Order: sequence, then C-alpha cells, then structure tokens
Amino acid sequence: WRSSLMAANRAQIVQRNEYSIGVLPDGVDRSSEAFSGNSTAMGALLSDLQSHIDKILAGGGPEAVKRNRSRNKLLPRERIDRLLDPGSSFLELSQLAGHELYDEPLPSGGIVTGMGPVHGKLCMFVANDPTVKGGTYYPITVKKHLRAQEIAAECKLPCIYLVDSGGAYLPKQAEVFPDRDNFGRIFYNQAVMSAEGIPQVALVLGSCTAGGAYIPAMADESVMVKGNGTIFLAGPPLVKAATGEEVSAEDLGGASVHCKTSGVSDYFAQDELHGLALGRNIIKNLHMAGQGQLQGGVQNTHFEYAEPLYDVRELRSIAPTDHKQQFDIRSVIARIVDGSEFDEFKKLYGTTLVTGLARIYGQPVGIIGNNGILFSESALKGAHFIELCTQRNIPLVYLQNITGFMVYN
Amino acid sequence: RWFSDSASGSNRIEKILVANRGEIACRIMRTAKRLGIRTVAVYSDADRHALHVKSADEAVHIGPPPARLSYLSASSILDAAARTGAQAIHPGYGFLSESAEFAQLCEDKGLIFIGPPSSAIRDMGDKSASKRIMGAAGVPLVPGYHGSEQDIEVMKLEADKIGYPVLIKPTHGGGGKGMRIVQSPDEFVESFLGAQREAAASFGVNTILLEKYITQPRHIEVQIFGDKHENVLHLYERDCSVQRRHQKIIEEAPAPNISDDFRYHLGQAAVSAARAVGYHNAGTVEFIVDTTSGQFYFMEMNTRLQVEHPVTEMIVGQDLVEWQIRVANGEPLPISQSQVPLSGHAFEARIYAENVPKGFLPATGVLHHYRHVPVSSTVRVETGVEQGDTVSMHYDPMIAKLVVWGENRAAALVKLKDCLSKFQVAGLPTNVSFLQKLASHWAFQDGKVETHFIEHFKDDLFIDPDNLVLEKEAYDAARFSAALAAACVIEKEHSARKENIPGGNGLFSIWYSSPPFRVHHCASSTMELEWDNEYDISGSKPLTLSITYKQDGSYCIESKENSYPALEVRATKLGNNDFRVEVDGVIMNVRLAVYSKDQIKHIHIWHGSQHHHFKQRIGLELSDEDESQHKPSFETSSHPKGTVVAPMAGLVVKVLVKDGTKVEGGQPILVLEAMKMEHVVKAPSAGYVHGLQVTTGQQVSDGGALFRIKVWVYITLFDFEVMDSS
Repeated sequence: WRSSLMAANRAQIVQRNEYSIGVLPDGVDRSSEAFSGNSTAMGALLSDLQSHIDKILAGGGPEAVKRNRSRNKLLPRERIDRLLDPGSSFLELSQLAGHELYDEPLPSGGIVTGMGPVHGKLCMFVANDPTVKGGTYYPITVKKHLRAQEIAAECKLPCIYLVDSGGAYLPKQAEVFPDRDNFGRIFYNQAVMSAEGIPQVALVLGSCTAGGAYIPAMADESVMVKGNGTIFLAGPPLVKAATGEEVSAEDLGGASVHCKTSGVSDYFAQDELHGLALGRNIIKNLHMAGQGQLQGGVQNTHFEYAEPLYDVRELRSIAPTDHKQQFDIRSVIARIVDGSEFDEFKKLYGTTLVTGLARIYGQPVGIIGNNGILFSESALKGAHFIELCTQRNIPLVYLQNITGFMVYN
Repeated sequence: RWFSDSASGSNRIEKILVANRGEIACRIMRTAKRLGIRTVAVYSDADRHALHVKSADEAVHIGPPPARLSYLSASSILDAAARTGAQAIHPGYGFLSESAEFAQLCEDKGLIFIGPPSSAIRDMGDKSASKRIMGAAGVPLVPGYHGSEQDIEVMKLEADKIGYPVLIKPTHGGGGKGMRIVQSPDEFVESFLGAQREAAASFGVNTILLEKYITQPRHIEVQIFGDKHENVLHLYERDCSVQRRHQKIIEEAPAPNISDDFRYHLGQAAVSAARAVGYHNAGTVEFIVDTTSGQFYFMEMNTRLQVEHPVTEMIVGQDLVEWQIRVANGEPLPISQSQVPLSGHAFEARIYAENVPKGFLPATGVLHHYRHVPVSSTVRVETGVEQGDTVSMHYDPMIAKLVVWGENRAAALVKLKDCLSKFQVAGLPTNVSFLQKLASHWAFQDGKVETHFIEHFKDDLFIDPDNLVLEKEAYDAARFSAALAAACVIEKEHSARKENIPGGNGLFSIWYSSPPFRVHHCASSTMELEWDNEYDISGSKPLTLSITYKQDGSYCIESKENSYPALEVRATKLGNNDFRVEVDGVIMNVRLAVYSKDQIKHIHIWHGSQHHHFKQRIGLELSDEDESQHKPSFETSSHPKGTVVAPMAGLVVKVLVKDGTKVEGGQPILVLEAMKMEHVVKAPSAGYVHGLQVTTGQQVSDGGALFRIKVWVYITLFDFEVMDSS
C-alpha cells in the first residue's frame, strides 16, 4: 500500500517543522554487492509471485469467465469494485489461499474477501467466485470466509456477502461440515455479529444452494437478482429425484418467490447492477455502523502524516533471499513508518529484538522486529513492550524474521 | 465658455433608461457607468434575474415574457422612465429602436431619445421612400425599373437597359414569391409572365418591378455619426457579407480587399445619405457591392446602433455609446472626419444558441456551463447571459459577441480562431465550432467574402455523414478526447473526494488515496460514454473505455470499440475545470465542463481546437416489467379481472357511489370497518362500477367480491365501453 501511495505522492513529502530525535538513518549501502544481489534475487521472486497472481486473478479460467459473462454476471472483484465508493481502495485478504493446496487449482480459495469503503463506511466483503468450482466451499474456502468474519467482528465492520455458490463441495463434505470452526460457524457468526449490531447484508447474485441458502436467510437484509439469484435447500434436479415434481429454478426459489411470497429476501433487483446498487443503498442507510466504531479504538491519530524518508521499494534490495544473511531491521522500519521516525524502546537491552513506537499513516503503532536470534533478554524486552502497548491500546506490528530461540545450557 | 456652451446646465443626462435586454443593455450601461450616469433597466417576467437587470442601478418590471407585451410596450417603458426619473431612453437595437412613433412619444413626454430624430427614422423605415430620397441625393441605387408602365415590351426594353442577369420581383408581397432571375434576354418573356401570374394569384396585384441581379454580392455598410450641429462623419466600413438565414454571423472592419479609393467613395456616399435625411446620432448605411463590377449600391439605412458596432469601435478607438450620449446632450462630435483614426483590423463572431445541422434553427436551453475567453484590450466579449441562465424562445438566441482586434487582418484572424477554440458553452447547441470552421476556411482567410459564402462552400463547412473517411477521422478524434475526458473526470472526482472525504478526514482518508490500492494488481474501471457529434443528427455513438489506475498515478485507457493501442494519460488538476494532461509524452491544456441533466451526466471537453461532448448515464435503466409489488389479496385470480374483493372481514359502514357510476382510478367506493379501524376500498382503475350489491350495515367476508370495475378506453373524442377488460 505504502509503495503505491509513495510513488504517486513522491513530490510532496511533508516537511515537519519540529525536529525529531527519532529519525532513523538511511542505513543502506547502495553500492554494496549485497544490495544489488538482493535486488536481483528478489526481482526474480517477485516476477514468480506475479505470474502466480496473474493466474489467480483470472479466476476459474477463460471458459468459466465467458460462461459467467453470458449470464450477465460480473466477476467477484468486479462486483466488489461496483459496491466500493468510486476510486477507493480495497484491501484484499488471503489472495493466495488454496494455492497449490489441492490436486486441482483453487484460485483465491474460490472466494474473494477484503475490506473497503462504501458510502464512507468501511465494510468487509465476502464474495464467492462462481467461476471457481461453481463457487462451492472447499475446506480452505470455509476457513477464509471465517477469517474475514473474525476480522469484521473484531473491527466491527458491516459484512456484505456476495452470494453465488453451490454450497459445500460435496466430494470434500467430510472436511467441510464437521467441527466447530467449519461450515456451520459461518451462520453462527452472522447471528452473533447481528446481535452485536454489526450489520449483515447478503446480495444473492447467483445460486445459493443448500448450505449457501442460509447466508441470505440469516442476513439482516438481503437482495435478490431476478433470473440469476436463487435460494433453495435442494435444486430442481434433487426435487425431481425426491418427489418427481418438475419445477424451474426460478419458480422453486427465484427472486419473485422470495421477494413476493416467502419474504426471505427484502429487495428485488432487475439485474446484477441493480442488485449491487441496492447493496450500496443498504450500506448508505446504516446510520450506526462502520468506521465510527473502528476509529473508536484508534487513539491520537495525526491527520497529517509524512511519507518515509527513504524509498519503500528499496526493501527488496535490503532483505536477502538467503535466510542465513543478517540485515538490520531498522532499515526496514525506516521505510515503512511515517517520516522514518522510530522512537526505540530499550535500545541497549536484548538487542536482537527491536521494539519502539512509530506511526503509520498517522496511526500510532508499536513495532516489534526481530534482529537476530531471540535471547532471554530479548524475550523479556518484547513482553515488557507488549504490556506497555496493551496498556495504552496501541496496535502492534510484528516484523517477523526469526530462525528460533537460542537453545543452550 | 460658461455662457456659450449650450450643452452645459441642468438638462444634461444624469440617468438613462435602457429599453432593451441582453448584451446590448449591459454594454450601454457599462459606458453610462463610466460616465457617471445612473442606469435603469426594464425587464419582463422571464428576465427577472438576467444580467442586464443586475447590471443596472435600478430595474423596473414591464410585463410578461412575450416582447410585444413588455420590451415592445412603449407605454410601459415610458411609465418606467417616469417612475424612476430617467431623463433619457436608450433603445439599443431591435425592439423599439427603429420605431418613429416611440421616438416621437419620448419627445412628446420631454424625454431624450438617444437616437436619430423621429423624422429620419420614418424616412428610412419606408424602403421605397428611402430609395427615392437617396436617389435624389445622388447616392447610387441598384439599377432597376420601378415604374407603373407594365407593358411587356416596355419592361423588356428596361431589362435590356439594366443588363442581365435581371431580377423580376412583384411590387407587393414577399417571401420570394413570384421572384425570377433572368439570365438572358430570350428567357425574359416567359419569366415575366410567370411572375405576373404568380403575383396575381398570391397577392391579387400583378405589378412587377425590375432590378439588376447581383450574382456575387457583398454586404458592406458604413458607420456614420451626426450631431445636432449638422456635422456628419463616417467611421469607415464593416463587411457583413457572411450570413446564414439572412443574418450576419461574422463581421469585420475594415472590409477586406477593397481599395482606398473605393473606401473613400463609400464613406462619402454614406455621409451624403445621412445628410439627405438630416441625420444625427449613430446610423449605418448599408450597401450592396457587386464583386464582379466593383460597383456599390445603396440598400437601406439602419437608424440605430448596430449589433456589430464594436468592430468599428476597435479600429477607430472610440466608444460609440459615449458619442451617442454626448450627441443626445447636444454636444458637437468630439473629432472631425480627418481626425478619425483607422488602426488595425477587427472581427466580430456572433455566438448563437442554434442547431447548425438543422439549418441553423434557433435553440433554447440552459447554459449549464459558460466560460468565455478572458477579455483584454484586444479581446472583447459582449454578453448578456451568465452560467445557469436560460436561453428562452422569447428573445434572440444570441449568447455573446466575440470581438477581437489585431494589427492586420491576418493577425486578427489568428486571434479570432484561438478565442473561438477557447470559448466554452455547454448545455445547448451552439454555432461555435461552425464559426471555427468558417474562420479557418481558406476563402475566408483570403478575404473572399460574399453573401452566398456559406451556401457556396457548404461542402467544406458541413460534414457529410456519408463520408466514411471524415467520419472515421471524427470518431478517432472523439475517442482520443474521451480518453482525456475520462482521466480528467476521475481526477476531478478524486480531488472532490479529497476535500470532502466520506467518514471524515482522519486515518480513513487513506482508503481514498490515488491511485486506489489493490493487492498485487491495479484497480480498473469501465466508463461507458456516448459521443454526441453535433454535426451528425443521426444520434450518438457509444464509446466504452476501460481504465486502469497505474501505480505512478497515470491511467492506462483502452477503448473497447476498436483495437487501438491503449493511451497512457496523466491528468493534473489546475483549477476547477482546467487540467494539464500528458498523453504519451505530449502535455496539453484541457478544459472540462461536467453537468447533469435528466439522469444523464454531460461531459464537455476542450483541448487545442477540439471540442467534444460526451454523455454518461447516471443510475440504471430498469424495465418496469416484474417490478410489481406483492399483489394485494383483494384482487385475486379466482375472480374476473377488475373484481375488487374485501381485504378483510368487516362491516360496510358507508357506500360512497352508486352501482354504474363512472369513477376515477383510486376513487373511494366504500368504507369497511373491522377491528375498530376503517378501511377505504378504492377503485383500482378508472371505469364504471359494476355489480355493487353491498349496502351499509352489511357484513362481508374476507375475500368476498364487492364490485367490479369495467375498464374504459379513451380514443380521441369518443369514449366507448370495451366489453370487458378480461
């Protein structure tokens, strides 16, 4: 995030009039062999990463995407883009979930989650990807869904579920359903959050079969799209098999049925864009939710912040790809905190752990960064610093780089 | 001097009522203010908030929007002058400016009419009388025969005398009826008889006059000025040849491609004309110039300040409205003929709200965006409207006059073209780009102006929609502009958000940073625009842009309609509507106007000499189909359509209409009571109440039929019952 913002704002680094004693030195020898070597090695890793990312962003592949478009449906990230405030940012979570986990590829675990603002309220998005295995839930899909809900519950973010899922992935149902933190937990979370006053909104943009059917039913408000959105526990083939009745998906559990007869859904959408617009409207009308509470936990925020003094992109030249190589964590801190200002705590004690206070985008944070093997004093120092931050309600940022604890007599 | 100056003393003008509206009213008030003279405006209901009202010290309401009930109402205007104590009335141009009666009325009421004596207005108002007076004064007239002898042989002799081509014209009527152009003597007889027949049929009188037909005429007019001390001088000529719908659109002074000798004779003729009618104040003598023979002939005299007077002011460095006021005060003209300077060259372009491809039809609408070029000592903009004003059907659709001056014609033309390209009007169709094309035409650049100029070069000035090469060129230019516009719109929206971040200006603002953040990829969006080509009335063309927000803050813009390479665009916002845009290494100024009207966002963009108009739909277009509500239970399928059933079990407490009554949709029919609540049962649609059997006090069951409505269909004049709606 910082790198993209810095590039755009490079020209306008804010000058602080107050001299700070905590400004970190550059600390990097750009002419060193390590610098250029790291750079090259990291570059290769990055392009490797990018090639994986490109595949993941393509979802279930061209055929599935084409099929999706022919049904007048957008891809999950496009749906989120239409819900977000125009031109606003989206912090996607667990983009690489499911990567090389199963025999078959499961891009992003078949579900896109993340947060971004809608009408000025920060929301959590959970969007099934119908191009990936029909949007069905693999075990990792459930895990990712639950993780998004956990963050939403912690930060009190309204949840928007963009439902387009065939329910559990049946070949793996043994791993999807049982246990406390599995499929059923999704609905439990919805109920608990709703009770806590965290809005739960479902947009039914595709099928919501079987387990998926509970998501809109459990939501505070739900929208259904005519033609594409269906909610039923068993689809037409199962109905036919069980009872012999032949019924269309639309008649069994389409938008008309649920908006006019059953009352399961609250808003009738003519098409997907209409449905997404209705979703934005629902958030607009939440008068109590969102960032108000989020900011309640944030203290002493500076509205003005300075970019780091040093180029954040140099991080890739600082961190070696060879884990045996040592580097100073302070040169990393210098590139991620506001104005490269870092007020170090217990600098001379337990030096293999660096602790101290800084700000990121004006938000005060405590930083704990490994700077070598963890010794007993380093651990004591870390515990002390964590206590301090807990007392003051300061969020912690861990810069983790550890081979282990020191083991010796 | 204390005693000899007759103009001094108590009867000097201290307050002027301007009996006009729009730019000319504003222009007159500007001079009056500079001279320390107070101003009174008059306004109709349509002009209550108009610029000319705001510009005046005082303003008086004179009636409803139609001009004949307000700006042409002499009594209302004289009344306004009396109420405000104005000593003088300036009529501007149009409206009452050439009404001899009005000038006379002013005189009678002891008001100073800032214009010529009413006798001169009367003399010049009558076309045949004016020609007679001018002929007697030795001013050249178009050769012709206006006599009463209508014998065909005599007429033919006259025609031969005039020389061909000859124009045959009925003395009565107008509108070109019965007019014939005769190219050679052997066509004469047939044309003459035809004209006679047509005249007799159309006007009942078959008298005919003959005139020399000028094939390539120019319209050149001379500004003259006289005082009340018998001084008359001219302020050189203006060329007003370029016209559409017989109205001037570009005027210039001095006239191009004429000799000093010609100019001298023209000026002398104009002065003689003015003297012949005892003229004082500002006037214009119009001549028609035969470009083939180099002869000029008197056409008519306009006894007022003309629309295009600023071009003269620019080349002689004088304020003609000031002169008008001084002459009205009885002062002598401030300079003599030999002192009149002639410096440089000036153009005036009239910017109209009009529909150029539909034959220059006047347009109406709201000026959603209006920003003219900055004025300077060499650029004048005469305007009577502001952004947000309406150009209504009641008055002239002129938005502004753009006047530029240069050391010579070529320099002035360069400036004119530049100013036109920067003249921003959006919200209604205008002739700005047509004027640009006109000013850039080679023949206009060469000064080859004549009255048929637009007709003559129509192939160059209008885009032929069937010309595929030009169409593709225009489309490509639009595509390029659309990319610039998209970048500017995004930049504008972003900066608007930055100033007013939803959810406050705190840490939250990083969610609205530019470019928007995405994990491991670039954010992108789609912009669906429609290009409105003002020269193609067949409709707008879609342009769908795919925009990727690059990490460095630039935009990568592709259009989906064709396979052109993507454009790399970077926009920097300078002012509210001004941008500096870099496209593939070229940096340029871009101006933008954005406004919404009828669920459509309009985006106008100006860059270089280009102007494009794009439309973007706001919101969604939804079909009504199936948006139906949950059907109320009292209209169910078990009864014939139109049947109304009881919504609940209850007691009929009131029956409001009789069976068979004709009712409107929603009209209450009866009142039910249940659970201590009254419920009004209404007619679901218009029609006749049928089968209403229940009476007051009767108990009805839930879902029981109450009555039916038989639907009526209205077809033009007759109502007739359709058997049944079901």
